[in-house]
Amino acid sequence: MKPFFTRTRLLSLISTAVFFASWQGLAMWLNSPVLPDVIQVAEVLWQAIVSGELPHHLGITLMRLAISFSIAMLLGCAFGIALGRHQALNAFFDQWLVIFLNIPALVTIILCYVWFGLVESAAITAIVINKLPNVIVIIREGTRALDKDLLEMAQIFRFSKFKTLRHVIWPQLHPYVMAATRSGIALIWKIILVVELLGRSDGMGYQLHIFFQLFDVASILAYTIAFVVVIQLIELLLLKPLDRKALRWRR
Amino acid sequence: MTDFLVQIHNKTYPDKQHPERVHQAIANLEFNVAQHQFVCLVGPSGCGKTTLLNIIAGLDTQFDGQIILPGTKPAKIGYVFQNPRLLPWHTVRKNIELACHDGIDARILDDLLETMQLTRVQQSYPEHLSLGMSRRVAIIRAFAINPDILLMDEPFVSLDAPTARQVRQLLMQLWRQRPHTVLFVTHDLREAIALADRIIFLSTPPMHVVRDVQIPLSAEQRLNESPIEQFRQTLLNQYPDIACLL
Repeated sequence: MKPFFTRTRLLSLISTAVFFASWQGLAMWLNSPVLPDVIQVAEVLWQAIVSGELPHHLGITLMRLAISFSIAMLLGCAFGIALGRHQALNAFFDQWLVIFLNIPALVTIILCYVWFGLVESAAITAIVINKLPNVIVIIREGTRALDKDLLEMAQIFRFSKFKTLRHVIWPQLHPYVMAATRSGIALIWKIILVVELLGRSDGMGYQLHIFFQLFDVASILAYTIAFVVVIQLIELLLLKPLDRKALRWRR
Repeated sequence: MTDFLVQIHNKTYPDKQHPERVHQAIANLEFNVAQHQFVCLVGPSGCGKTTLLNIIAGLDTQFDGQIILPGTKPAKIGYVFQNPRLLPWHTVRKNIELACHDGIDARILDDLLETMQLTRVQQSYPEHLSLGMSRRVAIIRAFAINPDILLMDEPFVSLDAPTARQVRQLLMQLWRQRPHTVLFVTHDLREAIALADRIIFLSTPPMHVVRDVQIPLSAEQRLNESPIEQFRQTLLNQYPDIACLL
């Protein structure tokens, strides 16, 4: 049994404390409405949670994140593996990929709203289009780096297509999938707020938009903290265990 | 039971530096192997032995000639590669089970692991094994599918001498329990004499058969260095042309 307060834990705890202390110090020194102090923000955060407002909007944003992320990952893995394995397909779609990778997020969002209307599906589509090329590129790279020796082994021992995918290809792609997941969640978080700000009447982006108009900095900071906590929870409860499980065979 | 026949008229590679030229790897190579015979293919490094095995295994189909494999169609091929090629994310036992197309009886697998002295590490991951152990796992994997033909590509290369001798003896033990037709590639003549019923000497490229020799040694004689060394000397005296291939 490891002690709860390991060196790393202690260090990260101290660093968090230092961060909040400097914030508090700066706020007290400036004494300005644009930078409320920690206690004020904590009160606002508590109020927002108790009133149910923050959970409601955060929940909706998380829902959109989950749906668009799943679609983007599923399609991205399928396309990425296909492009990585077939040269002709890759030669054909390479240009498309470069174009979609570089279209500004704002353009796709606006076009989706214009073409499909201010509806939920347009919002999801806009997020997926922004994320998809990124997943494809990462998974394609992973597919190109697949170990040919192991694929030959699978061929000799007559692994079926599904068995090869599950036992030979997928474990090799795992680090790439995790990279796509982490960068993907970060990217979607950023885009999803713009999507909500421009065309939805709920979600974190919508709320932040209102706070901006009211110049309510304390609420903006309170929502940001809620945000950061959620991301930490996803990392801690979802991604880290996945990492550990998949890498247990390593020396 | 169909015979096992290898007949390669021509196998070429495009030359990487000079695309207009081709490099002939194999020319008029022909031999056949009787059922349950243990045949060693001996030839200099880089003469194309791995290419030959890949053609026989069906990994390389760009050649002029024919390969007739014994047994069921498609023939079951056990391949022990030069590197063990185990799936690092699966345990030793799972690696072997996955290779078995129709599954494997747990008792047979236990037996195989026991013979190769791997029972203790069957739940370990390949990265935790020594090279000698990984090679033994690869050998079991090839035996476990009960192949019509077993291909082995220098499976003991870069093992130290005592480990190589140990694995060799374990292999012989396994093969006597479960005889299979074996093609074993090596460039070590002593190893070939210790293992094979028959040695086929292969030339530098374009590769063809130089000599085809039967090894009449008994199982006991093969355990000692001196009969092997003696036989090696006789061979070299009898066929001076093979000396330059070693």
